[in-house]
Amino acid sequence: MVNIIWVLLTLIGIVFAMFNGTMSEVNEAVFNGAKEAVTLCIGLISILVFWLGMMRIAEDAGLLKKLANLFKPIVKRLFPEVPNDHPAMGYILSNMMANLFGLGNAATPLGIKAMEELKRLNGGKDYASRSMITFLAINTSSITLIPTTVIAIRMNYDSANPTDIVGPTLIATFCSALGAILIDRYFYYRRTRKG
Amino acid sequence: MQIVSLISLWFIPVLIGIILIYGTIKKVPTYESFTEGGKEGIKIAVSIIPFLVGMLVAISVFRASGALEYVMGFIKPALEAVGIPAEIVPLAIIRPISGTAALGMTSDLIASYGPDSFIGRLASVLQGSTDTTFYVLTVYFGAVGIKKMGDALKVGLLADLVGIGAAIIVVTLLFA
Repeated sequence: MVNIIWVLLTLIGIVFAMFNGTMSEVNEAVFNGAKEAVTLCIGLISILVFWLGMMRIAEDAGLLKKLANLFKPIVKRLFPEVPNDHPAMGYILSNMMANLFGLGNAATPLGIKAMEELKRLNGGKDYASRSMITFLAINTSSITLIPTTVIAIRMNYDSANPTDIVGPTLIATFCSALGAILIDRYFYYRRTRKG
Repeated sequence: MQIVSLISLWFIPVLIGIILIYGTIKKVPTYESFTEGGKEGIKIAVSIIPFLVGMLVAISVFRASGALEYVMGFIKPALEAVGIPAEIVPLAIIRPISGTAALGMTSDLIASYGPDSFIGRLASVLQGSTDTTFYVLTVYFGAVGIKKMGDALKVGLLADLVGIGAAIIVVTLLFA
């Protein structure tokens, strides 16, 4: 899907420029776009290094594990099919904590582990169980406490207050997570009524 | 409104404080842990360069040719009637499909309209508040061999729609 969008964006731009007489602007855009991307990534290094360094301290201190325990009672209610001490629950919680703190790279392997355990719970069948769909729904609207990359981009472009979007992002991400849970429940009850 | 900006201002310093105090109490070698974790940050920043170069060139070409403006001309009146800025639509479409593509678009919007403009802030909140549904779906289900996804895609995309709506409403209420 990305492949098609990527090719279409570029091709349509080039063809459009032929008729629009904007070929010189397109030429410039190729080199400026590339340059801007590299400058941006260099700018991202600063905040990524700092934040991932901080998160490593939190991880080593067991702060993430402690938070996971704190959230357990709530998360348990979201996954009624998962037994209390099943390893799936542990992986689900660690994945959520990693997402919460913007550790995308750490979250993915934990999420896959959680999926494996959920599949085992489902008898190894190749269709998505109720818990799997719930887990995915929460993941796709992942609650992130601090949108570090976005802050870095805003800093790069000289924002007067790069972090003033933290509060609004928290509200929006909370809404989308709540929406995900409610929509997931709705589809679940629709399925069970039909079947 | 005041509370939200207060949270934005205090949240990061307070969180850093908590982490450092907790780490010290638990006798973590804080500085060594910090540098160890920081190394990963360099790896991530460098590894996204090719993705961002590809996407930003494509978007820049599309914009510079005048094609973007042309398309906007068509959809703008309808969207603005319901309070949605047309400039945000490409980002909203690509956000569930590709994370790095969305990152490229977000930075393009912030660069073109300014980080403190309405569009710039809306792009920031949008980028930060939803995740790449298709990516999560393919990676997680692909890794464990789930072939029938059930309602997963529908639920994920509808949740994205809620997130986009929430982002527009929140940013409009707080900054417009």
